[in-house]
Amino acid sequence: MSTTAEKKAGFGSVLWDYLTTVDHKKIAILYLVAGLFFFILGGLQAMLIRIQLIAPDNEFISAQFYNEVLTMHGTTMIFLAAMPLIFALMNAVLPLQIGARDVAFPFINSLGFWLFFFGGIFLNISWFAGGAPDVGWTAYAPLSLFSESHGVDYYSIGLQITGFGTLMGGINFIVTVVNMRAPGMTYMRMPLFTWTSFIASVLILFAFPALTVGLFLLTFDRLFGGNFFDPEMGGNVIIWEHLFWIFGHPEVYILILPAFGVFSEIIPTFSKKRLFGYSSMVFATILIAFLGFMVWAHHMFTVGLGPIANSIFAVATMAIAVPTGIKIFNWLFTMWGGSIRLTSPMVMALGFIPTFTIGGMTGVMLASAAADFQYHDTYFVVAHFHYVIVGGTVLGIFAGIIYWWPKMFGTMLNEKLNHWFFWLFFIGFHLTFFFQHFLGLMGMPRRYWKFLPDQGLDLFNLISTIGAFGMAIGTIIFLINVVMTQMKGEKVSGDPWDARTLEWAIPSPPPFYNFKQEPLVRGLDALWVEKMQGNGKIQPAEPLGDIHMPNRSFVPFVISLGLFIAGFGVMYQGAMWILAAIGFGTTAGAMLYRSVKDDIGYHVHKEELEEEGDGSNG
Amino acid sequence: MAEDVLKSGNLPENPERATLEGRNKFMGFWFFLGGETVLFASLFGTYLALRNSSVDGPTGEEIFGLGLVFLMTVILLTSSLTSVYAMYHMKNNDFKKMQLWLGITVLLGFAFLGLEIYEFVHYVNDYGFGFTTSAFSTAFYSLVGFHGAHVAFGLVWIISLMIRNHKRGLNLYNAPKFYIASLYWHFIDVVWVFIFTVVYLMGKVG
Ligand code: HEM
Ligand SMILES: [Cu+2]
Repeated sequence: MSTTAEKKAGFGSVLWDYLTTVDHKKIAILYLVAGLFFFILGGLQAMLIRIQLIAPDNEFISAQFYNEVLTMHGTTMIFLAAMPLIFALMNAVLPLQIGARDVAFPFINSLGFWLFFFGGIFLNISWFAGGAPDVGWTAYAPLSLFSESHGVDYYSIGLQITGFGTLMGGINFIVTVVNMRAPGMTYMRMPLFTWTSFIASVLILFAFPALTVGLFLLTFDRLFGGNFFDPEMGGNVIIWEHLFWIFGHPEVYILILPAFGVFSEIIPTFSKKRLFGYSSMVFATILIAFLGFMVWAHHMFTVGLGPIANSIFAVATMAIAVPTGIKIFNWLFTMWGGSIRLTSPMVMALGFIPTFTIGGMTGVMLASAAADFQYHDTYFVVAHFHYVIVGGTVLGIFAGIIYWWPKMFGTMLNEKLNHWFFWLFFIGFHLTFFFQHFLGLMGMPRRYWKFLPDQGLDLFNLISTIGAFGMAIGTIIFLINVVMTQMKGEKVSGDPWDARTLEWAIPSPPPFYNFKQEPLVRGLDALWVEKMQGNGKIQPAEPLGDIHMPNRSFVPFVISLGLFIAGFGVMYQGAMWILAAIGFGTTAGAMLYRSVKDDIGYHVHKEELEEEGDGSNG
Repeated sequence: MAEDVLKSGNLPENPERATLEGRNKFMGFWFFLGGETVLFASLFGTYLALRNSSVDGPTGEEIFGLGLVFLMTVILLTSSLTSVYAMYHMKNNDFKKMQLWLGITVLLGFAFLGLEIYEFVHYVNDYGFGFTTSAFSTAFYSLVGFHGAHVAFGLVWIISLMIRNHKRGLNLYNAPKFYIASLYWHFIDVVWVFIFTVVYLMGKVG
């Protein structure tokens, strides 16, 4: 919605454009809009939780509704807000950072979005169809088997569809990084956001299938009489926990690594220094990812795996603090002696470092298996993971959105409002969650609907709720900022932050083919190298020539819609089996169509490109 | 230039990797198989945890017949070999022979699938061993059934490629498609080797 040509276009054609787009920059906008929508939804649920807990013995919402809201808050925030917002940043930035004209699989990229989207809608339809899932975002068996409404079925099928989408997105970015880098863009010249997104994609690839299987087992047990988790029939409830956390722990690193990457871009830009310890940053990222697969049982210390298993997992968990610490020090040393500009993304980075460090420290506390018997399932755990997820991932996402907003939309969010957003959100955040550490240590269990008076829990719960309102007001300011900025529509240059990496070498927003000529990369921080040693412009690696582009397609939408429809059939069965037939038929038909119909894309001809300008990338 | 990829004849040495799109497909599919490996590993783990949980239902030792399963194994392994022949002919630009060997691969795949269906029907009818009988039965049908569904998907995939391209022959656009379909087929085969060992051999012996 950025170029004038499109502005003149009617609503219908813009809609069709987005429904069929395979352009990573537009898919980024789709992910951004959908992700923000679900972020707001999850935020409203959070406010309901906090209002219910504002005072002891409160009757604001019923116990059943509380369980639903709590479950949907966690599920929405992780799967439908944080993940897509990360994918929004990856789509918007990663191909540009490596000098690519598109991702490796534009079609699959779009399919990934629509699967995520329909899965999210499917999950939320549960609200209107007899009740949302009410067993926590972790859906532990056997509780999940006893939940009576179809809520948990909406959970398992909805997340299944969403998960397929995520998996495809992950594979797409892996291959994009491996195969699509511009000449001179060696692995060790890739910007750190690209590196962390790449590694996060590898984590997605190896972690999500475990969730896929877990969800299948849950679906089989609930809908088809399976016995995986039914002890009477020989089943074993712990299998779910293992599968869920074999996915779940890598998932938390999928969430945090791209945020690390965002800050590793922001801090050098606004310190006017190259990133300190670049290669150790890359190494630490890989190490975190590797260790991330060997620690899942730290979520299960109290299950009774035995002292030996608990000790091994405790030590492995603590080991992750080492590469994480390396990163923290590298960020600090990058700023050391730099000429720092306190723009809002930079201030957010400064807020992130101590906040995340606190979250890491409580993580190491939780990792002591013996002590965890005290902490487990209390508000201490809630405080821990909000420090790392909100203080790390969410801050990283918003810092990234603000930092790359000019690249995505060609406009600049108002800096004053950005600062207001940050401070309200940040102070509100610490008010909300800092005191939850103590609530947890005092023994307040997580996920309870009510707490009783005269237990010394009142004050901290009240403060926590007040803080939540601060976060909400901050978010509203951000949204107002977005609306105001887009209404004003003031254009900025291609490089408004005086930044260092390749994406800033092209106009904002970039033309649909990104780079007119493939760029030649001559070092880490490619643009900065040219600013210091060249004429400030990236040199082309090829003469001006035809550009090959992929065709748009409506098929990804249809494939995803089919699974969405089929989900109802599988769930309600009986006469509704017809829906499964229609849905799976639609999906299979669309896949077959895709397979047999040639789609070789088209070329933008050299002559058209010449008309558009001087042919440089500047 | 774009249309060149649809011309058949005179293909380069490794047609499946001659274009960027082909290389992307090739590599993306390998990564996809990495994900599939985790998927089956999770199913195997679940099966191993439940393989002795037959409660009142029949145990694996009582129902498994190694003769039939051995035959299925031979058939599926042979089909992997025939798909290798097909890819060999693809690299030599001999479309007819490639189609021939793919056809044989498909036939062997159907034979395997038929025997598997026969096996399942046999368990249900003669032993009362259904999906809901016990945790063991649920785990067994899920693991082996997932594999069977993969075989069925692979068959549909290869057949649709064969039909779609039978008139126009091999080109740079469809060569990667054939190639990754054959990769998929090998993967299914490897998984079956594990199923044969972990489910049937260990079920009968261990
Ligand atoms: C130094 C790094 C970290 C360590 C040592 C650590 C350790 C732990 C441990 C031991 C638990 C289990 C506590 C319990 O249930 O009793 C836990 C829970 C959790 N952690 Fe961390 N963690 C670390 C970093 C992170 C990061 C970076 C994230 C996400 C961005 C994260 C997200 C979570 C979540 C979501 C839970 C709770 C899941 C639930 O039960 O609902 N952690 N952590
Ligand atoms: Cu964990």
